[in-house]
Amino acid sequence: MSVREKPSGRTLGVLAFPVGMLVVFFLIPFGIMVATSFYHRVPGAFYTPAFEFANWQRLFQPVFLERALFSIGICLLAGFVCIVVAFPFTYFLTRMRGRPHVILLVVVLSALSLSEVIVAFSWYILLGRASGISNILVWLGIMNESAAYQPSFAAVLLGLCYIAFPYCILTLYPQLTRLDPEITEAAQTLGASPWRTFWTVVVPIARPILVAGFLLVFVFTLGSYLIADFLGRPEHWTLSVFIANQASANANVPFAATMAIFLTLLSLIVVALVGLIESRTRRLI
Amino acid sequence: MSRRSEDVRGGLRLEGLVKRFDDVTAVAGVDLELPPGKLISFLGPSGCGKTTMLRMIAGLEHPTEGQIFLDDDDITDRPAYRRDIGMVFQSLALFPHLNVAGNIGYGLRIRGAEKDRIASRVEELLELVSLEGLGDRRIQQLSGGQRQRVATARALALEPRLFLLDEPLSALDANLREQLQVELRLLQQQLGISTIIVTHDQREAMTMSDLVVVMNAGRIEQVGPPLEVYRRPGSPFVAGFIGRTNLLVGEGAGDGSIAVAGHPFDVAGGADASGEVTVSVRPEAAQLVADSMPERNALPGTVVFVRDLGELFECFVDCGVGEHVIVAGSPRDWVPVQQGAEVAVLFPTEACVVVTS
Repeated sequence: MSVREKPSGRTLGVLAFPVGMLVVFFLIPFGIMVATSFYHRVPGAFYTPAFEFANWQRLFQPVFLERALFSIGICLLAGFVCIVVAFPFTYFLTRMRGRPHVILLVVVLSALSLSEVIVAFSWYILLGRASGISNILVWLGIMNESAAYQPSFAAVLLGLCYIAFPYCILTLYPQLTRLDPEITEAAQTLGASPWRTFWTVVVPIARPILVAGFLLVFVFTLGSYLIADFLGRPEHWTLSVFIANQASANANVPFAATMAIFLTLLSLIVVALVGLIESRTRRLI
Repeated sequence: MSRRSEDVRGGLRLEGLVKRFDDVTAVAGVDLELPPGKLISFLGPSGCGKTTMLRMIAGLEHPTEGQIFLDDDDITDRPAYRRDIGMVFQSLALFPHLNVAGNIGYGLRIRGAEKDRIASRVEELLELVSLEGLGDRRIQQLSGGQRQRVATARALALEPRLFLLDEPLSALDANLREQLQVELRLLQQQLGISTIIVTHDQREAMTMSDLVVVMNAGRIEQVGPPLEVYRRPGSPFVAGFIGRTNLLVGEGAGDGSIAVAGHPFDVAGGADASGEVTVSVRPEAAQLVADSMPERNALPGTVVFVRDLGELFECFVDCGVGEHVIVAGSPRDWVPVQQGAEVAVLFPTEACVVVTS
């Protein structure tokens, strides 16, 4: 017999805090942004409250749609690269003991203290011609003359992966730590080689958290604009770069708001799709 | 019932086995030959090296020194996945992403068995461990006892030469543990599979084993059938670890008797040696004598504490020989004594087992 209790004044009081935070820091700003996307832009000045669809119509130009698809593509790719690198890295990190484990973890976490500006600028220099890493290769005699690796698509992808990598590890770490070593040992006593154990036991068990880490990197990099701005040509710019340019350089806040909402909706759709695929395929196993 | 010779397999021989972790020696030189088809328990306190021994036999740890032979094959350098060994882990280590049937059939799937063959073998095993019809359950939906059975079925699926269990029942409550001890033992007898079980619970070892290997500090203290180890412990450690005991230290008189605190004692089998001799007497073999002092094999003392547990009573007596002497018995043998009473404790000759000489 279960009695469903009516929410008492106390539970309402507890709820008030998160709900209040959500309203003040998310719903109200987002509402303002939605409203702004319908405002009228005054060229050469700022904007005035209005209700017009001009911004939304402008969005459906091929160039912005194409940029949106490019952004989603490169961020999905960044998520994929991060997972492929971070999963084995984190897995072996959690299997290590003692001092090397702590040192590696500290190094990874200290990368979190680097701001996006510093990361973008550092890679800008490292991948450049004047004092970049190619000079080391020249010094070693591997290359004849130094080369510039930025701006390029690969440089943007590298930068995005670099800023997201520690977050990806932090997402995977707690779950992989909890993976009982006896589970992989059990697979081995049942005839599975370490390689087969990894694919038939470790990967399937870690699947949900891998998907979560992948989505985190996707959403996280989708919001990054400095990396693409610093390390890419205009054809490598993500939608975030355009949003920043519209808002700050062109002072076209209504159109920036429109693109931001559009990007939010797109990323929500992608997240929902990936989640759906995840739950469908899990049932098939 | 006749059994073909190839059915009796899983004879194990350990030669000079040593395992060191950095500067800790977990197993300090073990030579052991175990007959096939039996249930053998490695019994000892935590940290005595019994689990490390089992893990070396399974191939999960590599010995620092020594060799392991399974049916006369040297398997020392063979990885775990080629050893033909089934193991139940302390945490059970069931695969959370697979259901019951998926867990039990995992080994067959890895071997590349056909789907029909896997399904029929899984059914067979479910029946063997009394889990018929639960193949579709998720692991998270099972009770502790059911999980234990799944782990057992999974380890037996490939009909391994050797079946290893590492404290398999330690997570279960006492009643269920005793029930599963009997079930596991009956299953082992039914299959005739060579089995090694690691445990720190002497009752578990006594219930299940053909042979008990008592370990302490990385070494083997004694090997023998459970009752023999209980009745004739080979060392003070074994006497104390397998059940409770009273250890009496005396001086050998050289004529087969000893003197404990000045009182003459005759011991089982006689004690020829002179010098210090330690004798073990089980609490249930010692007797209280309330109104007289026997001439031999007895110590006077003061009753310190009495407790009546219904099925047995226990009396702690201070005889001035180190720890309190414990006398235990069924209510039929109850000698009414009060706390503080002056009594004598009689240690019958056949119950006095010399554990050192």
